[in-house]
Amino acid sequence: MDASGSFGSVLLTLTWALPLASALVLMAIPAANLILVRRFTLAMNGLVLVLVGFLLAVFALHPPTAPDGSGVTALAFAADSPWFPSLHIRYHIGVDAISMTLMFLAAVIVFTGTLASWNIEADQHGPKGSGGKAKEFFILLQLLAAGVFGSFISFDLFTFFVFNELTLIPTYLLIGLFGSGRKSYAAMKLNLMLMGGSALILVGIFGLYFQSGIHSFDILQLSQVRFDAQFQRWAFPALFLGFGILGNMFPFHIWSPDGHASAPTAISMLLAGVHMKLGSYGCLRIAMYLLPEGAREWMDVFLVLAAAGTIWGAFVAAKQKDLKYLNAYASVSHCGLVFLGLAVFTTIGLRGAVLQMLAHGFITAAMFCLIGMIYARTHTRQIPDMGGLMAKMPFLGVGFVLAGFAALGLPGMAGFMAELNIFLGGFASERVLPRMLTAASLASIIVAAVYVLRATNSILNGPARSGNEHLSDATFLEKVPVALLLLCILAIGLYPGPLVSLVDGALQPILNNLNR
Amino acid sequence: MDSAAPAAFAPAGALVLAAYGVLLLPLLSFLINGLWLGRKSARASGWTAAMLMGGTLFLAIVLALGYRAQVLGRPELQGQTALAFDHIWLAFGPGSALAAKFGFLLDPISVMMVLVVACISFLVHVYSIAYMQGDAGAGRFFPTLSFFTFAMLGLVASSNILETFFFWELVGVSSYLLIGFWYQKPSAVAASKKAFIMTRFADAFFLIGALLAGLHANGFDFVVLNSPGAAAALDHNFALGLGSVNLLALGTLLIYTGAWGKSAMFPLHGWLPDAMEGPTPVSSLIHSATMVVAGVYLTARLFPLFSAAGPTLGVVEITGGFTAIFAAVIACTQTDLKRILAFSTLSQLGLMMASLGAGAPADAGAGHVLPSVLAYSASMFHVFTHAFFKCLLFLSAGVVIHAIHSNDIRDAGGLRKVLPFTYGATLIAVLAIAGIPPFSGFFSKDEILLAAFQNGHYGAFAATLITGGLTAFYMTRYFLLAFHGTPGSAHHADAADASHGHAEPHEAWLMVLPILVLAVPSALIGWLAKDFFLANVVPGALAVLHEGEAIGSSAHEGGIAWLPYAASGVAAAGMILGWLLYGGKGRKVGYPEGKTPAWYRLIYNKFYIDDLYVFLARKAVNRGVAAPAQWAERKLINGSFDIAAAVLKRLASLQSRFQNGQVQRYIGVALLGLIILYYVGRTIR
Repeated sequence: MDASGSFGSVLLTLTWALPLASALVLMAIPAANLILVRRFTLAMNGLVLVLVGFLLAVFALHPPTAPDGSGVTALAFAADSPWFPSLHIRYHIGVDAISMTLMFLAAVIVFTGTLASWNIEADQHGPKGSGGKAKEFFILLQLLAAGVFGSFISFDLFTFFVFNELTLIPTYLLIGLFGSGRKSYAAMKLNLMLMGGSALILVGIFGLYFQSGIHSFDILQLSQVRFDAQFQRWAFPALFLGFGILGNMFPFHIWSPDGHASAPTAISMLLAGVHMKLGSYGCLRIAMYLLPEGAREWMDVFLVLAAAGTIWGAFVAAKQKDLKYLNAYASVSHCGLVFLGLAVFTTIGLRGAVLQMLAHGFITAAMFCLIGMIYARTHTRQIPDMGGLMAKMPFLGVGFVLAGFAALGLPGMAGFMAELNIFLGGFASERVLPRMLTAASLASIIVAAVYVLRATNSILNGPARSGNEHLSDATFLEKVPVALLLLCILAIGLYPGPLVSLVDGALQPILNNLNR
Repeated sequence: MDSAAPAAFAPAGALVLAAYGVLLLPLLSFLINGLWLGRKSARASGWTAAMLMGGTLFLAIVLALGYRAQVLGRPELQGQTALAFDHIWLAFGPGSALAAKFGFLLDPISVMMVLVVACISFLVHVYSIAYMQGDAGAGRFFPTLSFFTFAMLGLVASSNILETFFFWELVGVSSYLLIGFWYQKPSAVAASKKAFIMTRFADAFFLIGALLAGLHANGFDFVVLNSPGAAAALDHNFALGLGSVNLLALGTLLIYTGAWGKSAMFPLHGWLPDAMEGPTPVSSLIHSATMVVAGVYLTARLFPLFSAAGPTLGVVEITGGFTAIFAAVIACTQTDLKRILAFSTLSQLGLMMASLGAGAPADAGAGHVLPSVLAYSASMFHVFTHAFFKCLLFLSAGVVIHAIHSNDIRDAGGLRKVLPFTYGATLIAVLAIAGIPPFSGFFSKDEILLAAFQNGHYGAFAATLITGGLTAFYMTRYFLLAFHGTPGSAHHADAADASHGHAEPHEAWLMVLPILVLAVPSALIGWLAKDFFLANVVPGALAVLHEGEAIGSSAHEGGIAWLPYAASGVAAAGMILGWLLYGGKGRKVGYPEGKTPAWYRLIYNKFYIDDLYVFLARKAVNRGVAAPAQWAERKLINGSFDIAAAVLKRLASLQSRFQNGQVQRYIGVALLGLIILYYVGRTIR
């Protein structure tokens, strides 16, 4: 491992450096040369996917192991060098199983999102069209990707924060420039909420830095510090809430439905599939791992919010007419389950939360991808305005049905496997409140069947509508992302063993901290 | 792993291979036809699927014979369980023995069900080649049907309750896809959604129950859950909500709720009649012979655990008995060929459930009395016989529908000359379901009556007897209206519908052959298999689950002399009444229009239960919960953001006089951040 350590860390750095560099190169390519812009972006993101896939394979074969009973996360492909020595800011990178698998999720979604944006130029025609800006779109996409990858590999709080903030600006511009509907309202709302969350995170991070007594931003070093209980009491909610806003926590989820509805397809995929996961990842990796006593004190509050969000999101999703809003509220419900898994405070629940991050990432990306492709044909996202699409577009129809089944938690798909762990984890709690709220949250799987079947039945089934005649099925370039995402959903859902044992290994240090 | 689990014996290698093959062949058929062949040629797809199902049936027979050879006649093996395989699918963490497994349990009832499912599925596949010919969607029909078979076989062979749930959902989804097979037909689409959501509602409770039971019994495996240790471990007070209740009762009732939905017990029965919107082979395979008995099977599978729980078997008995009579009454008035059969299925499922419920010791609570083996055997025996004659009835109804291009019994009539083979086979099935000796239904129903009577469950006994009479009545009505009398209105009129290629009503040999094959067990299996079944198969299953403990009176010897006469007497009375009302010259389907009395309309409209669902779904849940949530989401939660943003904007615009900047809102936030930072800094200090 040592030999591959330094080489591995270079590869790990490339995961954010390549997208960043490609953004610079894209600036040099003439905007008129759309073909080159697209192909170059796709090639780079394909390369990153291969790179991350390779790292994941190496990781899975030789997972790093922490000493028994230790609260120190063992990292693979780690590197640690000073960045701003005077401020104790370091470039400390590495991955454990949680961040490694989330990296893979991100790489798949960036790659599939690129393919889903293939016709971004054509999609932009309209009265206020921004035609000719496809180049800018891909540049911003690459910047967003760089921020996401950088965040997942950072084990220095400050570096993490910088990468995290790097994602906000491109998101704002991508929605504001390339979005649809009330895009400026949505972009502003999203950014205000997320920046509010960032403010809380920043406060928490500085608190950690100063309170630790070691003047360090390093997550691994901080994990060995026992913070004073009084400090944990206010720092934990600040951090958990800050990340929770990003992670789509009820009732602070309000940025996401409007944001998704206005965002272009690939950005919805990235936002819901990956960006939100940065939030729940931060909740686990930073708030809970570093401040376990605070977590124990506050968990009931977040438990109630998690269960409320799970049920709330499902019921509100059932009322939506716009497919994107529907999926956005389904995401509120599914992210509620992530928080439920974290907040029930059991081993199985935590594992379920991590698995649900992955499962929801793939499933929601597949949904948004398919919604975008259907919209590109029907030019509407309103459920009542569509019908009988299955006959005209069997591939997209079957894909939508499969993604829908995954969303409603059908066994054999990723979502069920994750939810099974969360629910079992909830019932395994010795306390009544987690068990009660877990049982209540199970209502969401019934309502999920309602909103999924309502959508699939209305848009795909029924007699063909007039105006459907010219509709065509997916092209090859559109089939690739759909198939890839569904493949991931099925692979995790059918054969979860290896993934689960990797995640269990990475959770051990966090659990040791939580139980100390 | 768990000391409570009985020692396993190793099944022979051939048995293990056959077990894998039984699951793999239908899966293979799904993959081949679903990914490739179905799009190329519907006919080739049908033949391929049918041949693979033939292979499955062959392997199921190998499995059954091999199992019999290894176990039966060797009492020392009777108390042991055999697992053909049991792979860990998902282990629940280090330091816990809990795991979800993918296993194949070999015991008498699982082997029996594998055999039944494989047999019925093979025949239905063959039948469908002809039935689906010319249908534009035939290419996707066969993969889905094969997928269902795979899931159903997985369900019955499950070694643990999570595996059951896994396949339980998969059969549910294939049922959804097949009910809505004609996806351009709005009624079919609505029916598929209703079926899925209603069963899903029940499944959520099932999942809670399964997880709780597994957690506290420290294992999801059936051998663990059915061990006396598990019942003892579950038998304590447990708080899931505000109060605390006995976990054994709560867990088993929650699990039973799943069975309740899947086997369509009242009031969760509404989806099953609507499910008849699917193609008739689907109704035959899924919604009568196999999937809907999954609930009964699950209850039987956990019978030792259920019987240890105080009130659970009582609930099973009441829901079953009530559903049996309730559905039989409705069946007497319906005019849709398939819906009559669907209500008949509901009623028969009720009998199976009631029989299981009647297995509860009559003096429950007063000391540990072992449950009745006979009640359990009778239920499983009825599952067995019912599969054949009900499948036959549906397949023959399909022939009728093909012939007259209508589902309405008023369009049928006088078909006995046109469809002679179907006529003969249907007659056998009608006699079987009516309980006329020596046809198969008589024997299984007789066992149910005997068990209920011997156990002192006179309620279940009376329900079975009444249902028997009603069944004989409505099946006679069905039979006479379809095959006797004069041709119905639509009959032959549009039979020249050239698009289907049926100039004249006729019997395609691929459709008739399965029907004739099914007529043999419908007629004889009760008489042939009864002694073998009761002496070997089912008590063996209970012994497996009870560690070979000799339980109850396994013998039905002696019996009650007058019982067979009473049962067949009631059946004969029902048939005679049916013949009096619907036989002869007059064709009277129901009451003449306009003059129907209120009670008849009440029954005809299925006691308006469907309207109650609509009220609950549309009014109570949609308008009562979802709509207010949506309003609060937009107005309160998002509204408060908009108000906060407006306030902030106003503040920022005041401040912007000094800044003359464009980014007011950022500044507002930055300011807020600074204020927070300031106070935080103070707090830290």
